[in-house]
Order: sequence, then structure tokens, then C-alpha cells
Amino acid sequence: MPKDTFRIRPVDRADLGEVIDIDAEATGLRKVDYWYELFARYGGARGRQQRFFLVAEQGPRIVGFIIGEVRDWEFGSPPCGWVFGISVRRQDRQSGVASRMLDAICEDFRRAGVDKVRTLLARDDHLVMSFFRSQAMMAAPFIALERDLLDRTP
Amino acid sequence: MRLQKNTLIALSSILEAAAEPGRQVVAADVAQKYGVSVHHLAKVLRQLGRAGLLESARGVGGGYRFVGNARRVTLLDVIEIFEDISARPAEGAERETVTDEGRGIARVLAEIDQTAKAVFGSITIATMLGIVERERRARP
Repeated sequence: MPKDTFRIRPVDRADLGEVIDIDAEATGLRKVDYWYELFARYGGARGRQQRFFLVAEQGPRIVGFIIGEVRDWEFGSPPCGWVFGISVRRQDRQSGVASRMLDAICEDFRRAGVDKVRTLLARDDHLVMSFFRSQAMMAAPFIALERDLLDRTP
Repeated sequence: MRLQKNTLIALSSILEAAAEPGRQVVAADVAQKYGVSVHHLAKVLRQLGRAGLLESARGVGGGYRFVGNARRVTLLDVIEIFEDISARPAEGAERETVTDEGRGIARVLAEIDQTAKAVFGSITIATMLGIVERERRARP
């Protein structure tokens, strides 16, 4: 797919069916309620200041999406942009869609007044991690930790 | 985190060659730049050749070129040709892992190993060339 045949724009409610399809293609799960709830919080004009939900559109098709927000002072970290969802239809990968979406959301983050972008990934998700690495992202000075809540004896 | 000398030579050689696709890199120049003998470098290059990452050119200069896919080959792919960086048992490890303390320490070391593998496995040669270029630009 030539790079100039798609455009990046804010999501519309009418895009959600395709967004759900793209997510399901990558994760194997159709999370319909989740995406409508996410749209309510991140989609539309009211989300444009700190929350961003963008899609890549090629003709009548949605070929990818990206979601992020500005997060303030988490554990002392100055406000920064967070990307917490990105996906591209399998058949439309390797054509710059994800790079253009990341560029677009980074521009939104800059306009929101932040100068860092971060994300969090599964350690074994080599495909997406390689993508972010290719976009000059390096390890942040944080470590993700978790605990099994069923284990009541820390 | 430390890598063996041959692994570091291999990574440097790959980056030298991948920086200019199609161009023959002169082995003697690379050996001099990284302070290793041509003989030592040749052994490393042969291993990379057998792995399908480099193609050597016989004759004057003894050049080689990168023939892998720079957007697909990761640092981990290169490293694993030369060493296994996953949870290397230390001396006496069998004895240590029968104790709770030993198993606890092994669990922490495994966490470090998994993180190292994730980092090496997510950085392609093309991405690494970008990091090298940014270092070059940042140099005063």
C-alpha cells in the first residue's frame, strides 16, 4: 500500500466495528463493550485535549488505530504521552501505517505540552516492541511490577 | 550485562557491513578498527557466513557484505550464534537450587535474563544502526 493512500484522523463512532475487527485479528478477542466504553472516554471532540484515539483510513476502510493520553505525575513522573493501544490490519502492515499513526499522536502530545512519549508492552511481544524500537524508543527509567493477588502472603 | 568478545566483534562487524548495503567491507579495516587480529576476525566472520548473515568475497582485501534482512535480524539472532545468554548456571548451581535461598536467587537472575533477551530480541540491525547514528550525531 503506497504511503500517501491513507490518512490519519480522529476516530468516529462508525469506525468502531472495524476497530473491533482489527483488535480481534491481533488478540483473538472481540471486546465490543470495551471498545464502546473506550470510545466514550477517548473518542470525539471532548477527548481532544488530553486523550487521543486516532484511526488510519484508506478509502472506505479503517486499516489501523492508535490510542493514547497525557498522564500527569504518575509516581513523580512529569506529564508525558502514553500510547496504550496500536494495531494495523495484518494485510496492511509493512507500509508505514503504524509509523504515521505514531507520528500523528506524538504531534498531538506535543500540542498538549509534553515532550516524552512512553508505552508498556508484554516482554515477549517482539513484533510490537520491535516496531517501537524502530521508532527510536528506548527503555524508560521505570520497571513494571506485578503481584498475584490470589497470593495473600507477600 | 556482559557479552563475550567474539559476540561483540560479530555485532560490530554486522553493523559495519549493514551500514552500507551492497558494499564490500574490508576485513582488515574492521580488524584494525576494533583492535583484533585479522585471523580472529576471520573466524567470527566464517560463523556469521554459515548463519547466512554475511557473504565473503575472496581475493585482495578479503571483503564481506551483509546479506541478511536488516529489518528482521535482531541483536539476539546474532548473539545466539555465539553464546547462550539464558540463565547460565553458575558454578555449584546444582547445589544452590536445592535450597530456598538458591531458588530465590535463581528466580531473580531469571528475571534479569528474560529482560535482557527481550531487549536484544526487539532491536533489529536497522534499529541498531539508527541508535549508532544518534550516538554519532550526539558526539561533540
